[in-house]
Amino acid sequence: MRKLFLAYTTEFVLFAVIIAMSVVLAFTTDRFFTLGNAFDLLNISAVNIIFAVGLLVVLISGGIDISFAVAASIVQYVTALALERIGGGGWLSGFLIAAGIGIVLGMINAFLIHRFRIISIVATIATFNVYFGLLMFFTKGVSIYNLPDWLTSRVIIYEREMADGSWAEITLPVVVMAVCTLATWLFITRTTTGRQLYAFGDNPEGARRFGINIGAMQFIAFGWLGLMAGIAGLMQAHYAQEVVPNALYGRELDVLAAVVLGGARLGGGKGSVLGCVLGVLLVSITQNGLNLMGVSPFAFKMIVGAIILVAITLSSARIGNLVPVFATRKSTGNRPADRVEG
Amino acid sequence: MNALAARFNAIFGADMAGPLAALAAVLVVFGFASPHFLTGATFGSVAFQLPELGVLTLAMLMPILTGGLNLAITFTANIAGLTLAWTLQANGGIDAGPGAFLLGSALALAVGAASGLIMGLVIAFTRAHPILVSLSMMIFLRGLGEFLTRGGDISGFPTFVAPIGHGSILGIPVPLLILIACVIASHILLSRSKLGFSTYMIGSNIESARYSGINTRKVLVLVYMLSGVVAAVAGIIMLARFNSVRVGHGESYLLITVLACFLGGINPFGGFGRVLPVFVALVVLQLLSSGLNLLGANQHLTTAVWGILLIVVMVLRWFSAKFIRIVK
Repeated sequence: MRKLFLAYTTEFVLFAVIIAMSVVLAFTTDRFFTLGNAFDLLNISAVNIIFAVGLLVVLISGGIDISFAVAASIVQYVTALALERIGGGGWLSGFLIAAGIGIVLGMINAFLIHRFRIISIVATIATFNVYFGLLMFFTKGVSIYNLPDWLTSRVIIYEREMADGSWAEITLPVVVMAVCTLATWLFITRTTTGRQLYAFGDNPEGARRFGINIGAMQFIAFGWLGLMAGIAGLMQAHYAQEVVPNALYGRELDVLAAVVLGGARLGGGKGSVLGCVLGVLLVSITQNGLNLMGVSPFAFKMIVGAIILVAITLSSARIGNLVPVFATRKSTGNRPADRVEG
Repeated sequence: MNALAARFNAIFGADMAGPLAALAAVLVVFGFASPHFLTGATFGSVAFQLPELGVLTLAMLMPILTGGLNLAITFTANIAGLTLAWTLQANGGIDAGPGAFLLGSALALAVGAASGLIMGLVIAFTRAHPILVSLSMMIFLRGLGEFLTRGGDISGFPTFVAPIGHGSILGIPVPLLILIACVIASHILLSRSKLGFSTYMIGSNIESARYSGINTRKVLVLVYMLSGVVAAVAGIIMLARFNSVRVGHGESYLLITVLACFLGGINPFGGFGRVLPVFVALVVLQLLSSGLNLLGANQHLTTAVWGILLIVVMVLRWFSAKFIRIVK
């Protein structure tokens, strides 16, 4: 048990915090502990979780990406235009187009990073500005509202009428989120490439000497994030029933905060899908709980920011100092100051 | 004579080559493209637009030199601006006197310092990653600002505030004077003071800096506090320029400040880079913006071109490094 705890400290702590918060919210509000609310939470978090598992892969490989949310905006817009051109299309063509464009945009980042040895944060800040600037320039900030019917109509996977007459529903984004999460988990824990990504993120030079193709690693990591960003963009358009060019602007930093809250390390080599999902859920549950407790929506961000700040402070202060039972005999905590590396 | 040449080299060293070349390229290209480019009007507009972005970039610079990042600068500026705005309002709004302004500015700087202090303490004592600490501080400050203003804006300041954003002394815009003062102060601080030396040491290698007797925690806290104070200066300038404060003003500058630092040759891992090339890079960015504006492009295209410029500079740097390797 102690070994398991040490291996998954962040996940355990996050899980405990979520449970504690849920218990408090279940007693203080009458709506939190209902199936309907739980499903609402999932529906709302779905897009962010898809982004988060994509970003996780890049963080594990030692990179960072600022441009994925803006890339998803481009995907939304271009997909909507392409669907109009081909006369409607369907879910299959929608997914293929969105995934394709997403992968291409991710590959552009990987190309700059690998071919010209640009540090990933520099490269993606540059592409962030290029993508967003060009999108706003060509679209003139105009939103698209006449999306195909199949894209905007809600797809309900599972529904159940509650005692009070309201409906609890699980919609398509949740299923897509589950598939993306599972695929990412299988990819990074059950495939050779996934293990290589961890090795590469932990020590690029060591990985190179070991015979890992570092170029392939960059393209796979950023391509995977591009794929997830494309899918998330399509799901956001489905959920919002419109395409607004700057709707996802700024989302990248929120997702980044949630992913790292979930234990991924800036600098590479560490992070799990479970932690990543718990990180996003913790933020969503906080907002949801504040909402149900009747706190002004204007205060949400403030409280969420404070919680993340406290969480990062506590999780970075070594757990062994706080809970002596779990102190490792030989401190391995003397890691050098983490850096973002390309 | 040699001493003079050495001195010249020290100021316009190798790291100035990139930004100066870009400056020359921008001047030549737009000089030919538009007859109105090389006129006083262009440089006047640049002089008024540069300071907000410039001061914010200086706030970003020092944390990057330590190997960190301060993503909270724009909202620190907002909160500092709000502090000043409320102080003015509490003292009579439009009729507030210079005393209220000075008090408000002092409070604004204190708020900026407090934001930096908290981040610095967390970063220095828990070794949490600066990106995360400043990111959560940014989310917190944005929320705080939205909570306190309910998303609205605050305006109605005494008339003597406007010249800080729009006035000129001897033909030089006041905001530009503030920026130049900040640039000189940063340059002296980084190249002449013990704090500056320690900043570079920490950015190069924090462990060896600690072993060589530098109080790394104290330096980190001071660096983030200074960053917060400089961001607060930007907040005061923005208040005077827009004649209002609104949470989210200048938010789009956040990643541009990082871009400007990298364009100015600052090493993303910290430890290397100087203030003057960054200043030149800022001038290049702003001239590009004005030039494109003259040619009829809008702000969004400018943003895209800024991003392309950063990529081009990075690619050229890669080519030149490769070329040097081949020649050797």
